[in-house]
Amino acid sequence: MTERILPVEAAIAPEQGERIFVASQWQLMWWRFRKHRLAMIGAVAIIIFYLAVIGADFISYSDPEVTEANFSQMPPQPVRLFDGGAFRPHVLGVKGARDPNTFKRVFQTDPNVKIPLRFFARGYKYEFLGIIPTDRHLIGVDEGRAEETIFLLGTDTLGRDLWSRLMAGTRVSLTIGLVSVALSLFLGVLFGGLSGLYGGAVDTVIQRLIEILRSIPTIPLWMGLAAGLPRNWTVLQVYFAITIIISLVGWTELARVVRGRFLALREEDFVMAAELSGCSQWRIIFRHLVPSFMSHIIAATTLALPVMIISETSLSFLGLGIRPPAISWGVLLQDAQSLQSVALSPWLLIPAIPVIAVILAFNFVGDGLRDAADPYGV
Amino acid sequence: MLAYLAQRFLLAILTVWAVSVLSFFIIQLPAGDYVDAYIALQRETGTLVSRQEAENLRTQYGLDQPVYVQYAKWVALILQGNFGMSMEWRRPVLEVIGDRLALTIVVSVVALLFTWAVALPIGIYSAVRQYSFGDYIFTFVGFFGLATPSFLLALVVLYLAFSLFGANIGGLFSSEFKLASWSLAKVWDLLKHLPVPALILALSATAQLIRVMRANLLDEVRKPYVVTARARGLPERRVILKYPVRVALNPFASTLGYLFPHIVSGSIIVSVVLSLPTMGPVLLRSLQSQDMFLAGTIVLLIGVMTVVGTFISDLVLLLIDPRIRLVGGR
Repeated sequence: MTERILPVEAAIAPEQGERIFVASQWQLMWWRFRKHRLAMIGAVAIIIFYLAVIGADFISYSDPEVTEANFSQMPPQPVRLFDGGAFRPHVLGVKGARDPNTFKRVFQTDPNVKIPLRFFARGYKYEFLGIIPTDRHLIGVDEGRAEETIFLLGTDTLGRDLWSRLMAGTRVSLTIGLVSVALSLFLGVLFGGLSGLYGGAVDTVIQRLIEILRSIPTIPLWMGLAAGLPRNWTVLQVYFAITIIISLVGWTELARVVRGRFLALREEDFVMAAELSGCSQWRIIFRHLVPSFMSHIIAATTLALPVMIISETSLSFLGLGIRPPAISWGVLLQDAQSLQSVALSPWLLIPAIPVIAVILAFNFVGDGLRDAADPYGV
Repeated sequence: MLAYLAQRFLLAILTVWAVSVLSFFIIQLPAGDYVDAYIALQRETGTLVSRQEAENLRTQYGLDQPVYVQYAKWVALILQGNFGMSMEWRRPVLEVIGDRLALTIVVSVVALLFTWAVALPIGIYSAVRQYSFGDYIFTFVGFFGLATPSFLLALVVLYLAFSLFGANIGGLFSSEFKLASWSLAKVWDLLKHLPVPALILALSATAQLIRVMRANLLDEVRKPYVVTARARGLPERRVILKYPVRVALNPFASTLGYLFPHIVSGSIIVSVVLSLPTMGPVLLRSLQSQDMFLAGTIVLLIGVMTVVGTFISDLVLLLIDPRIRLVGGR
């Protein structure tokens, strides 16, 4: 027993001393996780991302679907924080025009027109959390409409505000990842559990099924399935259909983890003890087995999430996933698909940044969780 | 060894079957059948299809029979090399695909070779010089490689090449070779265009492989036999390359079976961004226009291609790992 405790002792500060002997497994895991600096940074990033999901409407200042023909393809606009030495955040007034020679759209800022930014200003109406009707936004303007004055990240070809669209897209892309991972988790635990528990023929069949699924290239398959979704489906129907399509393949990795754990734990003494005390099969599984590999499942789930997010983004990017007017990261990146549009308005590539950031964050947290999942290991 | 081969072969056959069922399912997905689509297309061009003709077509494709019969007929036609007609191009599907299948294979295989060629030395370096400056750099690059979807990387590279060098890196051929028939000059032109797409495709797989190689080798170099070799005065280079690297290589080869589908899958979407003349853009077009025979055939061919690739990787594993050769089975 002592040599199994030692690595834990090494992993935590000596002043904690005796605490590790009475700490619960979850406490040990937390201590271990805290040591993983990148994972901690990733965890903070993920919390910020999901706060943005909850408050997407609050953080945006323009209605993401409102088009402003006069302000199309506007480059990101700098925010000036100080005015004459005092902290007075403002933006400059902008006028759109066409260059008479090249017919290119040009924007002239007017240094005399200073439009002050207000915190908690009134803007377009929305329902906070889908229930509380309000029109307060984190930033906005007192006079006129935010749609015609603030362009933090510029606008797209239809003059829609990229910052506000990015917030709306974050909400869709990050929740679609959660829903698909929940579905994959269910399938993975079910099949992985069956496989590990019964062994024999059941195990062989499920393992072969997983191998077959994993050797099929996913993107063409998803493309084919997604293209078959009826055109007249509502945004919500498409949303759930896409989550199902994505999790059809996503469950295999989770099933492998669950099966591996089942096989390893089945031979443990405490399972035998439970069996001898006359516990039912169900009680052994849910009271004894599941809690002891819960941490591994959580780690595997965290690592599966970025895959789901990439899948949705890829499909929507090709125009086969979430369809406009719904907004997701992939839908936003679709505007940047051709060299012409990126060359004209490079800021349309901005949605790539949160995609990469959130995937990195999930990978770091997943790594940290996997290391912490087994606090007794080296 | 034979048992192992037979088992792998059987699995490959099973996978091909699963892919064919899925492809057929995709063909069946849109509302209406092939003949409905055909009639609508003919009407657009002003030709009316008589009821008799429509019935004949339905019987020919077996559309009046249950689904499994239709599937059997479809498979029978495919085995004779008849993949059906493409609605949009009004040509046999195989003609539309033409060189594209071969080019998809070329791009994917080059990306795979690139992955190996880069991941192996970097993986060894990272493990032997653990926590060195170079190791940190590669770890960092590796994490970004894992986190960046290949199509995003393609977009960014495309934009940077254009804005910094004014070059369009899309495509696989220069404009003068696009329609030319195959010649040595065309092959040379292809070779010049290959590195960029291959690099983009290889990045995430390379990042993954570096991590695998590093972890495996780190496990191995701590084992007593390495200490023994060192104590016996073997030169360090030989100590590392001769023994632990060989052992660590094994999982390296076995991940190949999953890497190849991953690369092929990525090539579809990267091809769309970089407008490569591979299967990707045609698949997207055909799905957008509901040209289902073309779409289904492409999914089928890509699937079969990866199965063949996976099977080959199993054979490679057989060569590398004597344990499989001697005992059979894993």
